Order: sequence, then C-alpha cells, then structure tokens
Amino acid sequence: MSGAPTVGVLALQGDFEEHIVALEDIGVTAAPVRTAEQLARVGALILPGGESTSVAKLMDAFDLREPLRGFARSGKPVWGTCAGMILLAERIIEGRPEPLGLMDMLVRRNGFGRQVDSFETGIDVDGLDGGPFHAVFIRAPAVVETGPAVEVLASLDDGTVVAARQGNLLATAFHPELTTDRRLHALFVAMLAAEVAR
Amino acid sequence: MAEAIETGTFQVKSGLAQMLKGGVIMDVVTAEHARIAEDAGACAVMALERVPADIRADGGVARMSDPGLIEEIIKTVSIPVMAKCRIGHTIEAQVLEAVGVDYVDESEVLTPADEQYHVWKHDFKVPFVCGCRDLGEALRRIGEGAAMIRTKGEAGTGDVVEAVRHLRTVMEQIRRVEAMPDDELTSFAKEIGASVELVREVKRLGRMPVVNFAAGGVATPADAALMMHLGADGVFVGSGIFKSGDPSARGKAVVKAVTHYQDPATIAEVSKNLGEPMVGISARSISAEELLATRGW
Repeated sequence: MSGAPTVGVLALQGDFEEHIVALEDIGVTAAPVRTAEQLARVGALILPGGESTSVAKLMDAFDLREPLRGFARSGKPVWGTCAGMILLAERIIEGRPEPLGLMDMLVRRNGFGRQVDSFETGIDVDGLDGGPFHAVFIRAPAVVETGPAVEVLASLDDGTVVAARQGNLLATAFHPELTTDRRLHALFVAMLAAEVAR
Repeated sequence: MAEAIETGTFQVKSGLAQMLKGGVIMDVVTAEHARIAEDAGACAVMALERVPADIRADGGVARMSDPGLIEEIIKTVSIPVMAKCRIGHTIEAQVLEAVGVDYVDESEVLTPADEQYHVWKHDFKVPFVCGCRDLGEALRRIGEGAAMIRTKGEAGTGDVVEAVRHLRTVMEQIRRVEAMPDDELTSFAKEIGASVELVREVKRLGRMPVVNFAAGGVATPADAALMMHLGADGVFVGSGIFKSGDPSARGKAVVKAVTHYQDPATIAEVSKNLGEPMVGISARSISAEELLATRGW
C-alpha cells in the first residue's frame, strides 16, 4: 500500500489502538488523530468505539467538531463503530450527546440494554462475501429510523438495523476491531481507494 | 441470520473495558457527583459508600453502597456505572449485578469479607475489575474471571508513589515474560503464583490479557498523564476529584490530560488555576496495617 493515503483513527478516548492494529493487519498505514492538523494529513477516518459522551466533550474541548464535519462533507470516507455510529447520526433519542449530524438516521443509545445485555452473534452484511460476520455488541446503539439516502447493510432477526452506509459514511453498531475478521476494515479501505480514484 | 445470540461472554465483558481505554473513571458517592463526573467527560463512574480518603479518615467497616443510591446514579447518567463490592463478598456482587451495574469492582478499598478467597467471577454475566500490585496478582484475578485489572496504588492518599510502583512492577514483569524462553515460563509462573496458560498468553500478546487501568493516589492532571506514560490503558481517580477545591474543573482537566498525555503544552494549559488539590497523605507515613493495597491474596 505504499503511496496510499493514511487511514486516521480518532484517538480522543476509546479502542482506537484496536482499529490501528486491524488496519495494519491488512497492510494499511494507520495513525491516531487527536488534532485538526493530524486530521488534515489522513485520507479517511474511523470514529472508534468508546464512550460517546466523553468523546463528544473532548471533541468540543479541542475544537474538532467543525474540522470533522468538514472532513466528512468533503467526501472523504468516515466509519463510525458503536460510539462512532452515535456521533455520525443526525438524531439521537434523548438528544445527548450532540452528534456530528452527518447520517440521516435516528439512533437510540444503549439500544439493547445495559452491559449484562451486551451480546455477540453472526450477522449477514451486504457487500461482504464469505458468510456471516461475527459481530460483538457492547452497550451498543440501535438504528431506529433511516432516511432515503441511507442504505441498510445489516439487520438483526427482529429487524433492528446494525450496519448502514450513506455515500462516504459507514456505520456499524458492533465492533469489528475486537475480532480477527478484517472484511469490514477491507471494505472501508476499498471505499478510500474509490474516493482517491474519483 | 440464524446464529445464536450469546450474552455474558468473556469477549463482551473484556470488550467493555476496551471501550473505556484512554478514559478516566471517577469515584462518586451521590447522583449529583455522578452528573458532575459525566459532564467533566468521565468514561464511567464508580459508585461507593465513601471516597477512600473518608474511609481512611473515618475508619470502621466500608461496604457496598446502598442499592437505592446506585439505581439513582444509573438513572442519572448515560455512561457506564461501576460499583464496589468487598473482596470475597459473592452476595454483594450478586446484588450489584441484580441492580444492573455495568462493572463490579471487587475492591481492597472496602473492608474484605473474606481473607482467603476472592469471588469466583466466571459465574457472573456482569464483568469484574480487580486490583493488583504485580503481574501474579493480576493473573490470579483474571484466572478467577476478572475482565479488567487496575493497579492498586494506595487509595485515598493523593500520593501517586504507590500507583507508580505497582504499574512499574507490572510493566517490568510483562517485559521480562516477553523476552523469556518458553522453557522458563513454568518456573516463572510458579514464582509469581499464576497459571502457566496465562503467563504464556502474556508472552504471546506482549501485554496484560485484559485492559489495565492505574488507580490509587492520582490527584492532578500530571499524575494521570504520568500513569498513561508508564503504560496504563486509562486512569481511575478516587478522592482526587471530589476532595479537591473545584471537582468540575479538576475532572475536566484530568480527562484532557489523559487524552493528550504525550503533549506537555496541553497538560500545562489544562493544569492552570484548578484551585486546591486534595490534601495528601504521604503513603510512607501510613502504618503497614492501615495500607489498603495489601488486602487481596
């Protein structure tokens, strides 16, 4: 991947190291992003798992909200996992924390309950070959409504949406960075390659 | 999609700790404290009856918090809520699980209920965090089912020296294991009182098999950044926040210092004008029988 753009991982709080390891596993150069200057040097960005309240507060404390919005609106790929999905949403039930407001969807935090309800299961994800993806959900959000621009990539048996895409934006309620299946990281890197070619 | 849904697996227990990384977990004794902590950017709160500095000052038996108060804290904040049970107190742990806490801390800060055995944590759906002073103690707790570890330090002192000692000890032992030939692992496991399988896992990973936070004596943003610099995945702050002059300002500053622990200019900026830190007690001045860190076996 020499010469290919670096994938950044927002490193304010959460499991950003796990995403960096996952990207390096598939030969991609990855870097933590804590400042607007670091953001300007990457071609795509992952918003990792973590506590969305903490991440949103740190984002505001260090004036990253507008640079992040600008980054996503310029067409560069952005992928949010769990807390990252919450931040990508336009609307959150209860209204806090204030999200970045980029994807046309309504999200419920802790959509499946508290930690004792956290779970893992296999799900079929549109666009991924090779069978079900083993997905780990930890105090995970649930997508309650999606707008017309949002393409649903995966749902649970009860119909709850857990993965979605809107153009250059990808969101998963679960944590591909916690397992060893790298297909979703590869899909995100392919989104970056397509954006660069364009 | 026909695969079974599994809850309470080790993956989801240790996974929640991974989500807390790079964050600050704050001790709280009321719902109002919890709200201030959440607003300051804490990634979780720890509910307990009294902060360690008060436990130390008041003496007596320190127990699990009132479940009613824990429920109130759960209702007040959206971040994960942890709560402490006494070492070996299986029923307090079950009560905390029933109340719906997100993590149980089987903690030496409370008065031990059992001076020989810890809770068998594999039997629970709720994950546990436990304290350690060295790698052997950490791996014994993980063997019992702990999904997260914290180095103990000396709670309620505002003196970071023991937190540094315990984290340094763990990190140094991990580096030794990493470099150790396989045929020396069994004897090393015996020496530190841990299972060979877990020692091998440490060698394979080059780190603790679960997330490891630092605790016990962190009082300033610079203290918290020091623990990150020494290799902690995140920081617990107990008395340091709510025994200081301005808990909200200090809490926010500690959170920012943990994120930017590699940037001294930011740590300097956030450390300005925070008001009085908690009044410290030198850990060296505490008699051996009053040390909390030596509880746990």
